[in-house]
Amino acid sequence: MTNISAFLARFGGVNLLPVALALLAFVLIGQPSSWVTLTVAGLAMGMMIFLMASGLSLIFGLMDVLNFGHSAFVSFGAFVAASVLAALGSWVTGGSAALNALALLAAVGAATAFGAVGGWFFERVIVKPVYKDHLRQILITMGALIVAEQLILAVWGGAPVAVPRPAFLTGSIVVGDVAVETYRIFAFALGLAVYLVMHYALNRTRIGLLIRAGVENREMVEALGFRIDRLFIAVFMAGSALAAMGGAMWAGYQGLITPAIGPEMMILVFIVVIIGGLGSIQGSLLGAILVGLLANYVAFLAPKLSLASNMLLMMAILLWRPYGLRPAIKG
Amino acid sequence: MNAILRLDDVHTDIGQYHVLHGISLDVPEGGVHVLLGRNGAGKTTTLRTIMGLWRARRGAIVFRHHDITQMRTPDVARFGIAYVPENMGIFGGLTVEENMRLATATGVFDQARLQRVLALFPAMEKFWTKQAFALSGGQKQMLAISRAIIERRDLILIDEPTKGLAPAIIRAMIDAFREIARETTILLVEQNFLFARSLGSSVAVIDDGRIIHRGGMAELAADEALQTRLLSLSLAAHQ
Repeated sequence: MTNISAFLARFGGVNLLPVALALLAFVLIGQPSSWVTLTVAGLAMGMMIFLMASGLSLIFGLMDVLNFGHSAFVSFGAFVAASVLAALGSWVTGGSAALNALALLAAVGAATAFGAVGGWFFERVIVKPVYKDHLRQILITMGALIVAEQLILAVWGGAPVAVPRPAFLTGSIVVGDVAVETYRIFAFALGLAVYLVMHYALNRTRIGLLIRAGVENREMVEALGFRIDRLFIAVFMAGSALAAMGGAMWAGYQGLITPAIGPEMMILVFIVVIIGGLGSIQGSLLGAILVGLLANYVAFLAPKLSLASNMLLMMAILLWRPYGLRPAIKG
Repeated sequence: MNAILRLDDVHTDIGQYHVLHGISLDVPEGGVHVLLGRNGAGKTTTLRTIMGLWRARRGAIVFRHHDITQMRTPDVARFGIAYVPENMGIFGGLTVEENMRLATATGVFDQARLQRVLALFPAMEKFWTKQAFALSGGQKQMLAISRAIIERRDLILIDEPTKGLAPAIIRAMIDAFREIARETTILLVEQNFLFARSLGSSVAVIDDGRIIHRGGMAELAADEALQTRLLSLSLAAHQ
């Protein structure tokens, strides 16, 4: 294992894993057009999972909180966005790209705002009383997830809800014999933009510095004079808002959603957080891209292995790097 | 004698264990004051209780005439008390600069003060942009102390700074502490008597969560029988 790490480090380290995976898939798939379509689909899926996973990773890393209720924000984000898009029907389906964009902005914005406010409530009421007690965290956040699912059922019903896609994001861009869905390109671009903003905020701002320090040693951050509890609230709100944003984007991608949308995604989200390394945004991005690419390649090459592929990926990475690909440094 | 910090009958529990059994201690303003004691005597618990990292169940902690017994740790820190824990509390993923910037109130260095700190610990300037996890044990300790003094503090609590360090680094540390003590009071927890003796003006000895001796360092240093009785070990071995 040490030899593999040393070999990889010479060529860019673990960051090259998605490139290696894509090259391997290129050889196995054999058709360039299919490979491009699958790669773009994998990158888009990865970026949407990144949105959902990055907040959870920070919440794990900084607050040491096992939040099994995180998927509730994915579900709420999806349904709030679907409702806003449905309410703005004429803007969504109309020919004006500006109105299309405004509808999308309103839907994603409403989902994100709902996630932030919901995150504040969740942290104050559900999580705060059980800090430092992992067993109770699991129990209470699972309980909150069940309550959230029932709330969604009560408000939106159990039948699948159609999510209208803004007209300017329908269709595909065709280059030669390669067709790439516009929505996938948009999802990738949004995910990348969010990553760049987060990267800037964490590395170039004082609050980012505090978050990175808090992930390593909460007690020392307090001993330097900073209220870590306020940081907890901010990170929890941001993490929940990102989950809701991811849910909104995933809803548009799927086109049809049920109250199980969040819990279904959580398996992949947890895999991303674990293989990326707790508390690491770069790790979450790397893990999400690997998971997205692998899911799409395997679904094409060996559909029966599709469900198991990411579990196998997690096992392989944990055997190689027990703390994940790019864990936050502790101490 | 003007005490900057006063502990009066402080009791602290950690979980179900009663660790401090009524610590009473005056720390005079200025100079280095040493808290000596064997492993498990309650030295670290005393410092952590002062910082509010563990709550005192009974008693009072008074800093500059303000009762800080039930204050939150960040408020204690903002009151002018810096803490260098035994594990140094370095943020390994942050650079040396980021570690030090985090200890400033506004995120902006007072350049004159920064230059003085860098003059005390030149290694910090050399590794300014390096991640702190790559530093050696001695350099990490220097960073921990640099961080504690990058802004003016009235009192610095330092927990066993010489633990695991090479003699040459300990000698450099002695010079640095003498310089720091010219403007700041230091409460130093130590087991290395040679180090403690070379710096301390006063000393308190703690055992089983109680102060069993307090007085001048010079008197303790001159009385080997007292040292052996108080510390239950041959201090000559440390010398």
